[in-house]
Order: sequence, then C-alpha cells, then structure tokens
Amino acid sequence: MSNRIDVKKTYKLYINGAFPRTESGRTYEVKSAKGAFIANPCLASRKDLRDAVVAARAAHAGWNKATAYNRGQILYRIAEMLEGRRAQFVDEIVAVTGVTKVKAEKEVTDSVDRLVWYAGWTDKIASLSGSTNPVAGPFYNFTIPESVGVVAAIAPETPSLLGLIDVVAPIITSGNTVIVLASTKAPLSAMTFAEVLATSDLPHGVINILTGKKEEIAPWMASHMDIDAMDISGVPAKMHSEIKVAGAENLKRIHSFKSADPGRIIAFMEAKTVWHPIGL
Amino acid sequence: MSFEYAPAPESRAVVSIKPKYGHFIGGKFVAGSKHFPTINPATEEVLSQIALAGKAEVDAAVKAARKAYTTTWSKMSGKERGKYLYRIARIMQERAREFAVLETLDNGKPIRESRDTDIPLAAAHFFYHAGWADKLEYAGLGTSPKPLGVAGQIIPWNFPLLMLAWKVAPALAAGNTVVLKPAESTSLTALLFAEVCQQAELPAGVVNIVTGDGSTGALIVNHPGIDKIAFTGSTEVGKLIARAVAPTKKSVTLELGGKAANIVFDDAPIDETVEGIVNGIFFNQGHVCCAGSRLLLQENVAEEVLHKLKNRMEKIRVGDPMDKNTDVGAINSKEQLAKITELAAAGDAEGAERWSPACNLPGKGFWFAPTIFTGVTQAHRIAREEIFGPVLSVLTFRTPQEAIEKANNTPFGLSAGIWSEKGSRTLWASQQLRAGVIWANTFNKFDPTSPFGGYKESGWGREGGRHGLSAYLKGVSHE
Repeated sequence: MSNRIDVKKTYKLYINGAFPRTESGRTYEVKSAKGAFIANPCLASRKDLRDAVVAARAAHAGWNKATAYNRGQILYRIAEMLEGRRAQFVDEIVAVTGVTKVKAEKEVTDSVDRLVWYAGWTDKIASLSGSTNPVAGPFYNFTIPESVGVVAAIAPETPSLLGLIDVVAPIITSGNTVIVLASTKAPLSAMTFAEVLATSDLPHGVINILTGKKEEIAPWMASHMDIDAMDISGVPAKMHSEIKVAGAENLKRIHSFKSADPGRIIAFMEAKTVWHPIGL
Repeated sequence: MSFEYAPAPESRAVVSIKPKYGHFIGGKFVAGSKHFPTINPATEEVLSQIALAGKAEVDAAVKAARKAYTTTWSKMSGKERGKYLYRIARIMQERAREFAVLETLDNGKPIRESRDTDIPLAAAHFFYHAGWADKLEYAGLGTSPKPLGVAGQIIPWNFPLLMLAWKVAPALAAGNTVVLKPAESTSLTALLFAEVCQQAELPAGVVNIVTGDGSTGALIVNHPGIDKIAFTGSTEVGKLIARAVAPTKKSVTLELGGKAANIVFDDAPIDETVEGIVNGIFFNQGHVCCAGSRLLLQENVAEEVLHKLKNRMEKIRVGDPMDKNTDVGAINSKEQLAKITELAAAGDAEGAERWSPACNLPGKGFWFAPTIFTGVTQAHRIAREEIFGPVLSVLTFRTPQEAIEKANNTPFGLSAGIWSEKGSRTLWASQQLRAGVIWANTFNKFDPTSPFGGYKESGWGREGGRHGLSAYLKGVSHE
C-alpha cells in the first residue's frame, strides 16, 4: 500500500505491572514457521524470576483480600480487553506458529471464553470446596478455602495463548498471584497478553510473565523458598521428578493438569477450618 | 487449703499383652523374624517384643493388600464396605476400655485422655467414614470417584490408635486397601486393632499391619506396589518422603509438624483462656503437632494471664498415667525426653526465663515437668522449633497486626488459637492466620467431620470430612 516502514514491538518481560527488559541482557530469536525473523524476546534469568516473586508476594495480600466479586469483574475485564484485540492475537499466532487463520481465531475465541468461565468461578468455588462441619459438640465449625499464596507456573508450548490462560486463570481466580513462564517457541502472544492485563485493572504483580527456557527457569522456581506452589502442566514429563525433589524443600504444592476444571482452582487453595464454641 | 487426691488407678486386668507379637498380613498373624522391646514409658517396664518388618514382610503385606484390592475390596459395593466399617466402629466401642488401658500403658498418656479422647474419636472416625462408603459419588469429588489402590500408611506415636483411624477409615471407605505401620514405640493398639478386623470378618488383606522402625517405613515409602503414601510425623521425614516419591506416580498426603501460635487479645475471657492455654500445650504432654506452643499475649493483660496461668499450673497433676486423676503423663520415650531437655536448655542458654511448678516426678520412667518460658523472642530456638513436649514459649504483642505477624512468622502452618470476646476481631484474626485449623476460644478439638491439616511446611492435604476423603480418591483432573 505504501512504503512506510512499520514500527515493530520490542518484546520485554511483564513484572509488577511494568515491562522491563531482562536484567541479564540476554535475548533469543523467534522465527516464523517459515523461518523468517520475527522478534528477539527476553531470555529471562534467575534474577528476573526473583524480582517477579517479590512483586507477586507483595501483590498477594491485596489480591487475596479483594472480594470474589471484584476478582470476577477483573477477570471478566481481561476477557473484554482480549476480545477487543482479537485481530492482533490472531496475526501473531499465525505468524509464529504457522497455523491457519481459522485455527488461530478459534484459539483466541476459546481464550476469551475461558477467561469468562473462570471469572464466574471466583464467587462460587468456596461453596463448592468449603463446608460447614457438624461436629459432635457445641461448636460452630466451618471450612473455607483460600488462596495458597504465590504460585509459579510453566505454560505449555502450544497452544501458546490458550495454554497460558489455562494455567494462569485458575491460579488467580482464588486470590493467588502468579509468575508464569510463557511458551518458549511462541512467546509473543503471552507478552501481548501482558498488554491486555495492563489495561484490565488487574493490580500490579498479580500476574507476572517471563519468557525464556524451561530448563533454565523451572528448577529455580522449584527451589525458591517464597513460592508456595507450582503448576508444571507445561513442563516435559522427564523434568517433573527433578522439580518435585527441589520443591520438597519447602513442601510446595506441585500439580499438573490435563483440562480446564474447577479442580485446577481448588488445587491451589488451602482449606482452613475454624472452630468456635456456641454458648450463652 | 489443699485437697489431697486418693490414688484412683485404672485396672490393667482388662488387657492381656502377649510376650511377643508378629505382623498382621493377609488376615493372619504371622511370626516376625527380628524383635525389639516396647516399654511402658511411665515405668520402663518391658511390655512385649515387637517384630521388626524387613523387605520380605513388607513385600508380603503389599502383595496381600494388592490381592485383596483386586479380588475383593474394589469389587465390593460401597454399601457392603460401609457395613464392615460400621462393624469395626462398634467393636472398637465395645472394647474401648481395653484399647484405652493398652494405649496408656504403651504410650504413657493419661488414662483420662485415652479413655475420653483417643479411643472414642477413633471409633467415631470409623463410624463417620462407614457412611461415606456408599455415597462417594455425592461427595462433590467427581461423578464416578475411584480408589487409588494400595495405600501405605505410616503413623506417629502420639495418638497411636487415633492416627490409625484417621488413616485406615477414609482409605477403606474410598475402596483402597492398606499396609499400615505403627510407630516403633507404640505398636500395641494397632495389633489389637488387627484382632478387631478379624472379629469384624474384614476380608483378608484389606488391612495389613507391619511393625518396625524407620527402616520399615522407608521400605513402604519406596515400595513399587504401593499407590499412595499417607504419613503423619515430622516435617524432616515428610520432606524425605516427598523427595523419595517424586519420581513415582504415588500420591501423597503429609501431616507434619507445627508451632502454633495461641493468641490472647486483651478482651479475652481470662479464666477460660487460661484453661485453653493449659489444654493447648499440656494436653498429651505436649506431644501434639498442633499444640499451642507459642503463647502470644497482648501486653496489657500479659501479667494477669501469666499470674493465673502459673496458679493453674501449680494444680496440674503429673504422674501415673493409669491414675484417673492424672493430667499429664509420661514422655513417650527416652529419645523424646532428650530432645525436649535439649531444646529447653537452649531456651535457658538463649536468655529466656524458665518456670515450672513444683512437682514430684516419679523416679522411674521418662518425665518432664510442665514448663513455661517467658522473655522469649522470635529468634529463640524455643520459638521456632517444634519441641513436642510440655514446654510453652511466651511472647507478647501490642497491636493485633503485630500478633498476626508474629504468629505467621514460621515455616509451619498447622493450627492457631485466638482468644477474644469480640466476634469481628476473632474472624479477622482467623482470616489473617496462615494455618489450616483455627481454634477460637477453644483449643485441641478434633472431629471426624472437620478437616484437619496444615499450610506451608505442615504438610499436604487434609484428614477428616469431605476434604480428607478426597485424599483417597483419584483426582478429577490431576495427572
């Protein structure tokens, strides 16, 4: 149409609501399915992970305290923002993965719908996994689920956008904060999703996104003493044992999943039981 | 004026202890190869010789459990499984006194506690879970919940029969079979439970009991024929187990250590609170993972609470566990006494102030007087490490926020106590505390319907209620 030189995006990390470059100064090349250069995303380091954990820990108190209604509205807002930028995501997915436009459109549609689905869970999960307990004595006794704290997650390689949302959405639904490592080969939609998050009223630090290598970052996630739990759905099975051994140092709750399910939300919640006497 | 109590000893005639025990495998008692003594920690009397299971015995038990799982138990309807559990609950109630006396002899806990707490609660756990057996599809854990298979269960010495019940009842209700190992120093009630299984005509191999020490436990944890490990014990061993099963498909629940804060706000009902503090730390000699071992007193009531607490502690009766008036019995083992003594000495060395009431401890056996340390700081070992004995560390705070910060300043997260007459403050504090069980204006209460278990390094999973049941069923979406 014209000879205009287009303005390309620098893909950076998303930590504490900001878009810093990796402190390591390292990048790696992402190419299109046909082998053409697309971008140089960050190769995140252990230090980037630590910074993200600090942000996630600081954000936990506020996000955990936010009402379920409020969390639900913000998750829904993320869906709204994603819907409005469908075209950009479709283009990026097609460019990086080489799938058809129809397939990319379906992935974006499913991603939006998945966010809407989890948005509706925020104020219902407690009635599913909580209970009042008829103890044999004059006590009011109830069990309420609450967020486990800071969760680290590894998104699966594909689908790069829907896979990331599948991992992240159930974690934050209950009030956890998360550090997620995006798909290594197709990290662009994750970083563009960070722009969606930045305009969704999501408090800074609730979702932090890194790009880089699983074998580099996942073991540091597993051994980090201020991470409470991990979703390793995106980690190759051969690495699971190593991660679980390292995670045992602070008894991280480590899970992996096959599908979207309320069980994914419950897995990153702790059941708290409160006893109180009944009497005059 | 002081009141003297006449001795009120419970009779031990109700129990008959064999000179030597074997293992319970495939519905039969089989002779052991090696043995070690089990003693009464109150007198150091050798009660019996307990078999030490090695590889052959553990293999045989796992094989029996697998056979029972595939041929009988997993095929039986939930309705019929449930009836076996009801039978077990009823027989435990019938033989409750026998269990209580045996527990007290082998463990050293006061007969009052084994009779009124351990045994009735153990029977209640079977009765409760019996009812789940034919209702699993209504538990909200998937429409077609399936058992895991063979569960390996390793339990501690502080509540021997009760911990057995917490493990065996949900496992069986969900359709699993079990290989259970009681603690080295307290095997006798588990072996009596094996007799109950026989009386209930439980199909052979559904419950297998192998006795032994940590080496036997390791054989169970690492056995390839086991699908699930359930462990109650120290955080240290819990981490070893977590690492050991990491390369396997075994599912795991861990009920580990604690260092519970017991928080007293200035509007607390002081007399009730003092009773609660005593119950929180001196119940079962403080051999309780959820014991209220860190007392956090609001500064303006600290002096009054401590004064009343010391007065109350003067009246605690330490001594013969078989005496029905005894409040605090014997420390379970020489090793545990050494550990408590060492940590208490660290309290002295680090500058805390020790106080114990005057009490005449028996000459034989293992004893430790109820003790409180004041002037404790958060850095002290006695404020950070689990003592698992009758030792209370007292700290103070000014604001509710400071209380929460101190309470949560621990890698553990099993339980906590709150004492206040203000409902909104109590609920606020219970929200802030990172612990799995919160007792408000009460402490150390347990019930089969009520989930129990910890945050952080206090473990994985819950026991009791619908939450506990899920630990013995295949997850909905987990791999």
